[in-house]
Amino acid sequence: MAADDKAVAPKRPTAARSGARGMASKAATATQSSKSPGRGKVADDAKAPNGPATPAGNGPEPMTKAEELAAYREMLLIRRFEEKAGQLYGMGLIGGFCHLYIGQEAVVTGVQMALKPGDEVITGYRDHGHMLACEMDPKGVMAELTGRRGGYSKGKGGSMHMFSVEKGFFGGHGIVGAQVSLGTGLAFANKYRGNDNVSVTYFGDGAANQGQVYESFNMAKLWRLPVIYVIENNKYGMGTSVNRASSTTELCHRGRSFDIPGEAVDGMDVRAVREAAMRAVAHARAGEGPYILEMLTYRYRGHSMSDPAKYRTREEVDKMRAEHDPIEQVRQRILANAWASEDDLKGIDKEVRDIVNEAAEFSQHDPEPDPSELWTDIVR
Amino acid sequence: MPIEILMPALSPTMEEGKLAKWMKAEGDMVAPGEVIAEIETDKATMEVEAVDEGRMGKILVPAGTEGVKVNTPIATLIGEDEKPGEAPAAKSALEAKPQSEAKAEPTAAKQAKAAGDWEGAGSPTVAAQPKSAEPAADPDVPEGTEMVTMTVREALRDAMAEEMRRDGDVFVMGEEVAEYQGAYKITQGLLQEFGERRVIDTPITEHGFAGLAAGAAMAGLKPIVEFMTFNFAMQAIDHIINSAAKTHYMSGGQITCPIVFRGPNGAAARVAAQHSQDYAAWYAAIPGLTVVQPYSAADAKGLLKAAIRDLNPVVFLENEILYGQSFQVPKLDDFVLPIGKARIARPGKDVTLVSFGIGMTYTTKAAEALAEMGIDCEVIDLRTIRPMDIKTVVASVKKTGRCVTVEEGFPVCSIGSEIASRLMELAFDWLDAPVLKVTGKDVPMPYAANLEKLALPNVGEVIEAVRAVTYR
Repeated sequence: MAADDKAVAPKRPTAARSGARGMASKAATATQSSKSPGRGKVADDAKAPNGPATPAGNGPEPMTKAEELAAYREMLLIRRFEEKAGQLYGMGLIGGFCHLYIGQEAVVTGVQMALKPGDEVITGYRDHGHMLACEMDPKGVMAELTGRRGGYSKGKGGSMHMFSVEKGFFGGHGIVGAQVSLGTGLAFANKYRGNDNVSVTYFGDGAANQGQVYESFNMAKLWRLPVIYVIENNKYGMGTSVNRASSTTELCHRGRSFDIPGEAVDGMDVRAVREAAMRAVAHARAGEGPYILEMLTYRYRGHSMSDPAKYRTREEVDKMRAEHDPIEQVRQRILANAWASEDDLKGIDKEVRDIVNEAAEFSQHDPEPDPSELWTDIVR
Repeated sequence: MPIEILMPALSPTMEEGKLAKWMKAEGDMVAPGEVIAEIETDKATMEVEAVDEGRMGKILVPAGTEGVKVNTPIATLIGEDEKPGEAPAAKSALEAKPQSEAKAEPTAAKQAKAAGDWEGAGSPTVAAQPKSAEPAADPDVPEGTEMVTMTVREALRDAMAEEMRRDGDVFVMGEEVAEYQGAYKITQGLLQEFGERRVIDTPITEHGFAGLAAGAAMAGLKPIVEFMTFNFAMQAIDHIINSAAKTHYMSGGQITCPIVFRGPNGAAARVAAQHSQDYAAWYAAIPGLTVVQPYSAADAKGLLKAAIRDLNPVVFLENEILYGQSFQVPKLDDFVLPIGKARIARPGKDVTLVSFGIGMTYTTKAAEALAEMGIDCEVIDLRTIRPMDIKTVVASVKKTGRCVTVEEGFPVCSIGSEIASRLMELAFDWLDAPVLKVTGKDVPMPYAANLEKLALPNVGEVIEAVRAVTYR
């Protein structure tokens, strides 16, 4: 393990203090090349999936065998879970809105690797992956999706509104951008109490244009709150591409007016995500205030289940899937390093499928909430 | 064993669709994520992606078929060594129908219909609303307790200071609350006693700091958010309602949001339409919120202390004109009043007047004038708007047979409207006259002094209404 760690080039020059500037030229180059819908920033940043197991040049810091295997399993769990959720939605077992995380798994998986117990996570409505990464029980999450009493919110919240105080997951919020103020408040509570916990506040490229985001940035910097803003830029706010909604598309620089450091990260590469998250978390934990990470990522599915996704080409999706899939990247590295055999990985796949199938089973046979639950949990 | 591919529901309301086109033929290999078919819904043409890996078995519904019901098997997916065209041997575990109590297709359309079905509201399938717990009576003020004269402003300040001394998790934030000592001097002296960690000046960003405070409350702190006026809280109303009020329910009871949103509400004087609105009815409509609107200094103090201790989000509506008015307040170490309990401010037998907040100024004056005319009014100060102590109102109306409500807010969907509706339900047989409402007029608040006066309710209107319902 140690030998593998040394067998790579030194990590890319990092700049916790001047992160925004450090990444500026790279992000700018990538943005210019993202004019055609088929090519995105990520495409320019990400390593080819069949490339060398250890990156050359200034690639991200490598992960250990244990970390790669853990990331593989985690991302696979999220993907299989979401595929199953999509299937259950198709069968009419999940109602309302359902936003799948497929394609973006590396973001939450990598960030979570930089956290410790006590840290808080909060996000918007594309939240299933975050809950699984926070080690919430897949059965409880799936049962909430099907609106059953064993769901995390007793069936009263649904896909977009789930919480686990025990696991540090504060939702699950359905109003675009609202979680940014709330997450800043979680960080405020940490600072007020004088502990060293940080709040990881996720939002999308769509929410990045919300006014309250900037109100929050201002207070977070003004009061040096320990919050990491993770912008999951999957290139589309529902059906509107970033460059049709945002006057400037380098979202990592959105903190500049507030002197909040930010960097763009290849959100399809779990190593890059983890490395950047460690930097951001260290910054916030040390009392240096907020930090912005723009994760360049991609969702394979539509915005929600009823989105035909006609605003992008099939080729764009297929290309991303074929060349930059976050799970496939890890898989190839594991195989190239002979850290596991194909059979070992199939074993992990089976284990994950079993967990997901068990969750799906539970979510269909767990009873609906008792009618009396209509009137509970309104006020304490 | 072949796996059935079912007609998927592709939107919350889809019940059937047209299988427009097959993108894969029988025998083709498919990988997860590959498009296998196109389906037309009422809204759009959607691509159906394969979930599992395998080979296309038999296509059960040919392309071009319209009206294919959701969950109908449309094709089979087989393993590599199986032959295409084989009928599915068994349904996969996934396709097991949920238990009978859970209908497989609770579509939004059906749910909407059910919600609009008024007859259903009383049917046995709908859970009855549990009886809410009886609010406690006001604590007995021991005989001989010294009464001190105090303004509402001082009472509010003392309430916050006492609670901040009592609980280190309580803090106050808002515009100008610290160094400036409060835009209306409600937080005077708090910075000096509690320091800048707990008395926090915010930028002028209501949306952001209301959300930040709600987040801090979800993390267990007990913020008091001062809005310079509630007019500006419209910028923050999303967090008051969607974040603070609903999260307890949406989390199945896991998350509490013990926060107080307070500040002056309603008309001040000559500040025109954008700065002169009573929000009582707005917030009172929201399950999950507690709404308090005190009139006297004693109620302001006792109820603000209760609001700060309450585990629920409380909207605490004050009034700028009342801030400087003085009342008698019992001098007690810990004077806390029950939320949800109205106060009978004046007992009477001829007519029930129900008001709250600054509406009480018109109401009490009218009651005094009416007494001289021989009409004995019972005056009820609601104090808490939600949960409303309708029981006290009903008991009074059963005695008097008549009711007039008084408030500064707009007449449409007002608190008076709600009281009138509840009295129809609960005291119809006791009413000897229609319930009348005295409210602000149905116009944006004008600036001109004479027009402003006309737009607000006045003592004369209350007297008129009482004479109308007593037929005198």
